[in-house]
Amino acid sequence: MTALPAEARRVRTLLAEHRPRHGESLFRGLVVLASLTVLAVIAGLVLVIAKESLLGIAHNGVAFLWGTTWDPVHSVFGALPFIYGTILTATSALVLATLIGVGVALFLVELAPGWLARPIGFMVEMLAAIPSVVYGLWGIFVLAPWLRAYVEAPLHDRLGALPFFSGNPIGIGNMAAIVVLTIMVLPTVAAVSRDVIAAVPDSQREAALAIGATRWEMIRVGVLPYARSGILGAGILGLARGVGETMAVTMVIGNAPTISPSLFAQGYTMASVIANEFTEATTDLYRSSLIEIGLLLLIITLFINAVARLLVWRVAYSATSRSLLA
Amino acid sequence: MSATVDPLRIPGRNIRRRRATDRVMGALLAVAAVVAVVPLVLVFAYVLIQGLPALNVPLLTQSPMPAGFPGGGVAPAVGGTLVMVGLGTLLGTPVAVLAGIYIREYAGSRGATAIRFLVDVLAGVPTIAVGLFAYGLVVVPMGTFSAIAGAIALAVIILPIVARVTDEMLGLVPGSVREAAYALGIPPWKTIVRVVLPAAASGIVTGILLGVARIAGETAPLIFTALGNQRVSTSLTEPMDALPLRIWVYATGPYDSWHQQAWAASLLLVGLVLIFSLLTRFVLRRRGPAGR
Repeated sequence: MTALPAEARRVRTLLAEHRPRHGESLFRGLVVLASLTVLAVIAGLVLVIAKESLLGIAHNGVAFLWGTTWDPVHSVFGALPFIYGTILTATSALVLATLIGVGVALFLVELAPGWLARPIGFMVEMLAAIPSVVYGLWGIFVLAPWLRAYVEAPLHDRLGALPFFSGNPIGIGNMAAIVVLTIMVLPTVAAVSRDVIAAVPDSQREAALAIGATRWEMIRVGVLPYARSGILGAGILGLARGVGETMAVTMVIGNAPTISPSLFAQGYTMASVIANEFTEATTDLYRSSLIEIGLLLLIITLFINAVARLLVWRVAYSATSRSLLA
Repeated sequence: MSATVDPLRIPGRNIRRRRATDRVMGALLAVAAVVAVVPLVLVFAYVLIQGLPALNVPLLTQSPMPAGFPGGGVAPAVGGTLVMVGLGTLLGTPVAVLAGIYIREYAGSRGATAIRFLVDVLAGVPTIAVGLFAYGLVVVPMGTFSAIAGAIALAVIILPIVARVTDEMLGLVPGSVREAAYALGIPPWKTIVRVVLPAAASGIVTGILLGVARIAGETAPLIFTALGNQRVSTSLTEPMDALPLRIWVYATGPYDSWHQQAWAASLLLVGLVLIFSLLTRFVLRRRGPAGR
């Protein structure tokens, strides 16, 4: 071993002192473990819920999906009324929320001056901060009576012959659920749409204006076509939120396992039947059947979410985190 | 999505009609904004007007009376919410921050995309399904509803929120900061822990506050985990009450005194959530992109 100059030796000992021992691999292991936890939780969600619903799956068979009778006393479990209620309320709310939400987004990005856009945008985002159960409380005592007196009664008097407006208008029912759900889905749709529309390059707008478009024509020809897939993603994110929403809907929909086209009728959704009946479920089979509905709900929302994220991601990555924060 | 401006889609020469359409559509967009804001104002107004008269000291210090008797309070619910939200945050946040660090600092761009996707998917799982998960995972083996099961459910809900915020906040720390640390011979992990993380700390903390505000209002995941409790409970292995659960029970119950207390409890809950949200937004706005 040849003698190194003193300087070089000192540098070498210094480096040796700072040489990573196990710190790096330990820390790396820790963060990898944390990330695997996310994966494990998702897998666990599916597996645990599937395991708990095995009893129900074995007893109910495939007919569970289209059975219309929900009779826990005689152990007859059909999930169609809940699937119907979920589809009816979530899609209706989605259509309304998309119309309003895209309108708000266009207003904020294209029309409103900054001093107006900021507070309105903020207020729409705050809609998402109100807990679901508070919407439910408000729905029971404020919205439902108001709907009964000023919306449902007039509709019933004039258009009662139509199946949508048949039956007794009592306020609590499908219509109240749709309205509450619209309010709750709105911030998601509006926030993501706003980001997607703001991400449209100005050259699109300038091109439209340069050929003589009015402001609305600019939006229609230059902005909306460009933002289309992102807005679609925003809508699907909203749908996932609407399908999984539980408390507010449970409190205003009336909780009756019926399939009726009427907006006045009392209904039930997949999420609300679980919330409402779980603690009353007296037999293992009853409870397992409720969890089976939860499994169905989980699979549907996982699928919807995956599609929505992929759509939005292509347009505006940060939009998805906005919807998370909203 | 590379749509171009198609001049053929601007029809007609009738400029008067086109201007009228422009005005009508502009007005409709403004109406949409008004329609979106009205519910917020209404909900706040009602919670304030109905809740304020019933908000008093006994509400915060007493346990619920037997059904139908007036008086009593929601003390067990207030305590239970604090305990379970606190515990859920303690359980979920460290994992979330570490996962966020992995996404931003360690995973390659593909790995990062994959885990971000998983985090987003987890964020989209209905909270009631998270409740069922905690039921099967904790309540069934333990044989009893418990506060710890509720806290675990809440931890699963806060996890993706904080992970995503951490990821974004770390992304705001300039690469030159990391390079400066590397140049001094500091190993990557120490750079992250001692240099990058402190630089992003305030953003991450506000993200955590935001998550706390979210889980504080959750009802569905607690129904089959914490269950609810009429009395103050100090045991984590027994059922525990929570404000959202109490509001649900009281709102759907038959008594006027319950309804009043439901409004007052809602005022408490909304106040709590609002303070956290406002705080967060204020700090996030100062920090740039994520808080727009």
